[in-house]
Amino acid sequence: MNLQDVIIIGGGVIGAAMARELSRYNLKIALLEKEAELAFGISKSNSGIIHPGTQNPPFSLKGRLCVQGNQLMRGLARELGVDFKEVGELIVIFQEKEKARLFSIQQEAEALGVSGLQIVDRLWLKQHEPNLSPDIVAALYAPTAGIISPYRLVYGLAENAMKNGVGIYTSHKVTAIIRSADYFEIQSTGGIFRSRYLINAAGLWGDKIANMVGIQDMVIKPRKGEEYLLDKKREHLTNHLIFPLPTPTSKGIIVIKTSDGNPMIGPTAQDCEDKEDLATTDQGLNQVLASARKLVPAISRRDIIAYFAGLRAVAGDDFIIRHENQCPGLINVVGIQSPGLTAAPAIALMVVEILRQQGLGLQPKPCFCKHREPFTHLFALPLAKVNKVIQQNAAYGDIVCRCEMISAQEIREAVKQGARTLDGIKFRTRAQAGRCHGGFCTTRIMKIMAEELNLPFSEITKRGPGSEIIKTTRGNEKNDSA
Amino acid sequence: MKKMIARDLVIVGGGPAGLAAALTAYEAGVKDILLLERDQYLGGILNQCIHPGFGLQYFKEELTGPQYAERFIEKIMGIKEIEISLKSLVVHLTKKKELTYIKPGTMQTVAAKTLIMGTGCRERTREMIRIPGTRPAGIFPAGLAQKLINIEGLLPGREVVIIGSGDIGLIMARRFTLEGAHVKAVIEIQKESRGLIRNVAQCLDDFNLPLYLQHKILKIHGKDRVEKVTVAEVDDEFQEISGTRFELACDTVLVSVGLIPENELIEMAGVVMDEKTNTPESGELNTTSIPGLWVCGNAYKIYDVVDGVTRDSAQAGKLAAEYLRNLP
Repeated sequence: MNLQDVIIIGGGVIGAAMARELSRYNLKIALLEKEAELAFGISKSNSGIIHPGTQNPPFSLKGRLCVQGNQLMRGLARELGVDFKEVGELIVIFQEKEKARLFSIQQEAEALGVSGLQIVDRLWLKQHEPNLSPDIVAALYAPTAGIISPYRLVYGLAENAMKNGVGIYTSHKVTAIIRSADYFEIQSTGGIFRSRYLINAAGLWGDKIANMVGIQDMVIKPRKGEEYLLDKKREHLTNHLIFPLPTPTSKGIIVIKTSDGNPMIGPTAQDCEDKEDLATTDQGLNQVLASARKLVPAISRRDIIAYFAGLRAVAGDDFIIRHENQCPGLINVVGIQSPGLTAAPAIALMVVEILRQQGLGLQPKPCFCKHREPFTHLFALPLAKVNKVIQQNAAYGDIVCRCEMISAQEIREAVKQGARTLDGIKFRTRAQAGRCHGGFCTTRIMKIMAEELNLPFSEITKRGPGSEIIKTTRGNEKNDSA
Repeated sequence: MKKMIARDLVIVGGGPAGLAAALTAYEAGVKDILLLERDQYLGGILNQCIHPGFGLQYFKEELTGPQYAERFIEKIMGIKEIEISLKSLVVHLTKKKELTYIKPGTMQTVAAKTLIMGTGCRERTREMIRIPGTRPAGIFPAGLAQKLINIEGLLPGREVVIIGSGDIGLIMARRFTLEGAHVKAVIEIQKESRGLIRNVAQCLDDFNLPLYLQHKILKIHGKDRVEKVTVAEVDDEFQEISGTRFELACDTVLVSVGLIPENELIEMAGVVMDEKTNTPESGELNTTSIPGLWVCGNAYKIYDVVDGVTRDSAQAGKLAAEYLRNLP
């Protein structure tokens, strides 16, 4: 019997961070993900903000883990070769009398250990953030806020975990879990697994997984967020992340800088019932646009090139991270809404500690390799560097995606690193993510995928089985030239 | 730093605009021309337009897109003074008309004494008209569907709803029908089709395909692949008329809602732009705010037929020749 020490259910940023942290030790670990690729659930619609730790209730678990995660993220991003930028954030107010709220946010954040906070006035804002609305009178400046690509972080974590021995199984949907005396038997669409410890990081479906092992009182509710992406031409619209004052349920509509350069506006916060409802709405668009323009009036409808909706997994007000005594060996890591991405590295450490307390022997692996070869993104390089890269490998000069300057070699590298779908290619490389939305490059990407994966065109999907691009194939299925 | 190579005329784009400009510039005396094409062949979007209807004005005969392109490509290939560089994407352009392009194996920077941009256009996307709903597979810009069918021989859908009755939408309605797919509706928000009258007749009427004027798509449904769309009739302000909602089951939505000139490079170089149309602010045909830099073809304005592109782009070639003659 092939018995694992730890099985993680869920391949979002939380699952991937735990897998990578646990891969430091001599353990047999497997991660099961129901989708065709990792980061296809909640993580793919994350804003990519590494929060400083403001806007969290004092003494909350998420507040503490956010501050710790913010500190850990810098080193982690370096080790994984994922781009992290400390851009800082501004929480802005429109009336002098709201200053009291800024002070209280500052105090609460300082109690959690957030450093460098400062209230800045109109003059400072005019100098440092010229496109901000002139109606904004002051802001709380948090310099430690940063941005990262949420999916590239997940892929970096997972790749490094795999390199250190973790088994990653995509398209493995868990269908039943049986608790026997010594282990869990996990039945999935890809086969049966057995494990001594089980970590539930199943995001929106965390309650369903918990139910499978007899925990009935866990309920996870989706809360929808719509985000609207702007053209890369507007990259320098703002220099910081711009927040309004938070509301009871969310941090409000934000003007976001992203790792990819495209500014983003959103998200909305709408409680809903359906865990698969990823539809954007007219109301959402109007709300986001109006709120964002209040902060930065220069934003125009014409700037919007893409939009999407994501669902937060809400289980009460705080994260739930605990060993379940009623089901020994099970650790629930659920209800991880914002600031979950930021907190992920700290959550991973916390879970390792829980496993240790629950008797898992943790013996460091001498051969643990913490580094990952960074992915070459032409768009992120100065032109002189681009030239060098092309000189070394001609295929980097073979541009596939003209809007975002993505080469054939980058597409091939993405496939080598595990991309199996068009969305997987997009998240890893940005090809199809620009202003033409894949109108020009989709066929070329499909050809490269067909070639690299030895697949017929009819099996190439947007995001997994059921989302095939071609309905019926005619003539020569496998094309021999890319 | 290597010394930058100077060229008399650089033309960006090897579609009908760039081809016409190159030929007339050569005929007007320019003997050092570099033509940069980002794709692996000349001809641009004409290559995927395998339907007839091209050349009626310019050649006084009816050709397909590839035939029309071939007439220019053959001539150009015979002129050794026109250097053609394929798979060459311009990634940077300055006010001084220094441009940097990437191709497999190399990156080059050249200084253009004169520069003609024939960079064409891209399709407006579903995102630009902000149709609410989900984002499954099966939503295609009409031009991408055309490329999949005509160039790759792949059918991207069986039950098709087309948004927008511009010429590409109409032509694709016929194309899908000829391939055995079922075109369930062409949805047009305006009171009349935006396409040529002959295309409405030949692509829809001849095949009994339904055109829904003054209708719009309210929502796209489907998790992995498109499953259906919600449609409603609209009033003159494009607002939904209550009680007119209905659903159409389909696996494919084609988006054909207009074209946007591709002018990000000249914008980068600092050419004064008209933000609404994404074209250069321009007094006379093809001119821009930078002397010695012209824009022609669909990058200058969206043309109904390619014959107009050829006619006007030829003018850009002449202007470049004249400009070079007057240089000190």
